[in-house]
Amino acid sequence: MALLEFQNVSKVYNNVTKALQDVTFSIEEGEFVSIIGPSGAGKSTLMRCANRLVDASQGAIFFDGQDVTKMGKKDLRKVRTKTGMIFQHYNLVERLSVVENVLHGLLGKKSTLSGMIGQYTEAEKAEAFRIIQEMGLTEQAYKRCDELSGGQKQRVGIARAIMQKPRLILCDEPIASLDPKSSKVIMDHLKQINREKKITCLVNLHQVDVAIRYSERIIGVAGGRIVYDGPSGQLTEAIIHEIYQSGAHDLIMDKLG
Amino acid sequence: MTDLALIHPPLPAELEKAVTRSHRGKIRIAAKDRSRPAVNLLIAVLLFLTVLAFCTFDYQNIDFSKAILDTLHNIRTVFLEPELTRETVGGILYQLLVTFCLGTLATILGAVLAFFCSLLCARNLAGAGSVHVIKSIIAVIRAVPTVMWVLIFAVSAGLGSVAAVVGLTFHSFAYLTKAYAESIEEIDPGIIEALKANGASYWQIICQAVVPATITYMVAWTFMRFEINFANAVAMGAAAGAGGIGFNLFMAGSFYFDLHEMGMLTYIVVIAVVILEMISTKIKAKVK
Amino acid sequence: MEKTTDIFRRRKLTYTAVFLIFLTIFAGTSLITEFSLADGAASFPAAAAWIAENLIPDQEAMERLPRILERLLETALLSVAVTVVAAVCAFFFSLLGSNIPHIHGLVKRLVRIVAAFFRNVPDVVWAMLLMFSFGQNILTGFFALFFTTFGLLTRAFIETVDEVSASCVEALEATGANFIELVFQGIIPSALSGITTWVLYMIETNIRSSTLIGMLTATGIGYLFDLYYKRLDFSSASLVILSIVVLVLVIETASNRIRKVVLS
Repeated sequence: MALLEFQNVSKVYNNVTKALQDVTFSIEEGEFVSIIGPSGAGKSTLMRCANRLVDASQGAIFFDGQDVTKMGKKDLRKVRTKTGMIFQHYNLVERLSVVENVLHGLLGKKSTLSGMIGQYTEAEKAEAFRIIQEMGLTEQAYKRCDELSGGQKQRVGIARAIMQKPRLILCDEPIASLDPKSSKVIMDHLKQINREKKITCLVNLHQVDVAIRYSERIIGVAGGRIVYDGPSGQLTEAIIHEIYQSGAHDLIMDKLG
Repeated sequence: MTDLALIHPPLPAELEKAVTRSHRGKIRIAAKDRSRPAVNLLIAVLLFLTVLAFCTFDYQNIDFSKAILDTLHNIRTVFLEPELTRETVGGILYQLLVTFCLGTLATILGAVLAFFCSLLCARNLAGAGSVHVIKSIIAVIRAVPTVMWVLIFAVSAGLGSVAAVVGLTFHSFAYLTKAYAESIEEIDPGIIEALKANGASYWQIICQAVVPATITYMVAWTFMRFEINFANAVAMGAAAGAGGIGFNLFMAGSFYFDLHEMGMLTYIVVIAVVILEMISTKIKAKVK
Repeated sequence: MEKTTDIFRRRKLTYTAVFLIFLTIFAGTSLITEFSLADGAASFPAAAAWIAENLIPDQEAMERLPRILERLLETALLSVAVTVVAAVCAFFFSLLGSNIPHIHGLVKRLVRIVAAFFRNVPDVVWAMLLMFSFGQNILTGFFALFFTTFGLLTRAFIETVDEVSASCVEALEATGANFIELVFQGIIPSALSGITTWVLYMIETNIRSSTLIGMLTATGIGYLFDLYYKRLDFSSASLVILSIVVLVLVIETASNRIRKVVLS
């Protein structure tokens, strides 16, 4: 059974803007899939439909066999605890410490009261430090997040997602605001998580070369539709042209270089 | 220490080095910075002062529930049954115009004075001595409540529009000087330097660099002050006999005890303020 | 070169036009309010003389100092209490008016209208209205200041919450956090420094406002000033002003220091 499955999903904003049109695909447990496409193609919307940060207008979305679109609040909360999410702008609580931000990954499982006052058990805190160590952030653990560099912030974001012990991690443009060196660190971390922890990864990217290098499978989105879904090895220049709908020469240069 | 270690067994050595523990042996998670303890302390102090305030107030054995009920009844009369009983609509609108003009006058006078004064106390235009002296004087002027300025000037000029305008101007002047000076201090120092290098005179620098670079902020601050001045002009009418719709409000509320009229006057003031707010938002957007 | 002179000339024209417009407005408004610049300017020397004459309190005024300080302390505590209570109420109310998820558009609009109402009804109206039911009581001043402060802070906090919540709310939602956890773990820590800045500012403002309210409702330091002023006991009246100035300056200096640490 597929871990995540989209069936004919469409999303219309304000009754006019068609962000997604009839999107169908499925992702198996353990896969590392990249979604590529120009900005405004609907990549972010697609990703946010999976954990219902955005409500799909039509269609069904199954996570682990359950239809997310028809869920009540309680079940949705459960699904969200099993899916981590990583953002382009990191979306940390900047004025809290790194540890506190990592522990936020547990909020979905905590009782309202202990979540509210930020009360965690010693075992949970130790686990958070273990993950922080894995991410190479031990030195920064007690720093406030607004003191960190972009690459470090994104590693906190990944640590927060791992803290959830998720089955699926959704990464929305994780390296779009980073320099090439930090980008590589982040992508390597994601790849490692995917391999060693067997966590499924769905990554939005707009760098075609990065997508080809890191993922086995690529989904190409243009104008809210899926125009390519297959192994990254079979992605031809013609298909890339179709996805980006231009003679974007530099994109191809990217791929070769 | 050994007891604590039993309750909270240490982590593997490598990890234990990274964590800090509280005196009870628990792992700390809060950031190590000055900001959070300061905020916590501030909150504690403010809460303490609030409790102290409520404990020390002299309530004069007031019948609280009756007072609340009366208040609700009065609020209903004022806001749900507004009516002009003694004044005509035209008369009130004229008084509103007077209040508007009081606010305008004070804003214009205050802005002109503040502009020149801010040139003398912006750190990048004036000497350190003048900056320090003028900023101190400005701080004192600002600290005196507007109504007291009006009453100080009323000693010599008598209660009326002169005292009101001069009093309002004084406070606006101090407020705007501070705001203008801060805007001027944020100008890119390169601009002034470049003009100086070209041999531009002081007033050329002001007119060709300082004003164009800060005009948006200055306009925004001035309109914000105008909104405050309009509200203050209403208050001065009520508290210092300065005329305008504030005086009508005062008469309705404290002399005739006419809640219906008070309600109508309040609505007129509120509508006027909302319209002013909308206009100033538009103008601010245009200047940008 | 010709182009630059053109720009300079146009700038000169604009300056002249703006100057003339303001001159017209000035003349018009002076006419309506019967204000004369000459009289205004003439009142300066007299006011300066008044200040010089009364700045140093005489014997009689000094005897009143304990009473003045007692009222001053009461006013200071009143401003703190009003601001703190209003800030707590305004914060939770502002959540309902902000753009964070789970809040219905209708509620949002309603909250913003209510805030605008409380902000724009003059505090003198509240003061007179409450005089009828609470009389010459400190609670009259308390509620009059409370309503305006509540309205002002609600608007300010809505802006603060909207500014900070954009980044963290979505992430916490995605972890499965509920609304309360979202507020306490995400919004409050992010907004706290902005909120304290506003609270400190309002405490200072409320001290000044409470003198006006005091005059109207015959309570607190405002009443004391009014009393001395009407008795023409200007030396004592100026001592009241002096004490307020000192209090406001102390609070301003303290809040500047606090702000620096809090915002670091």
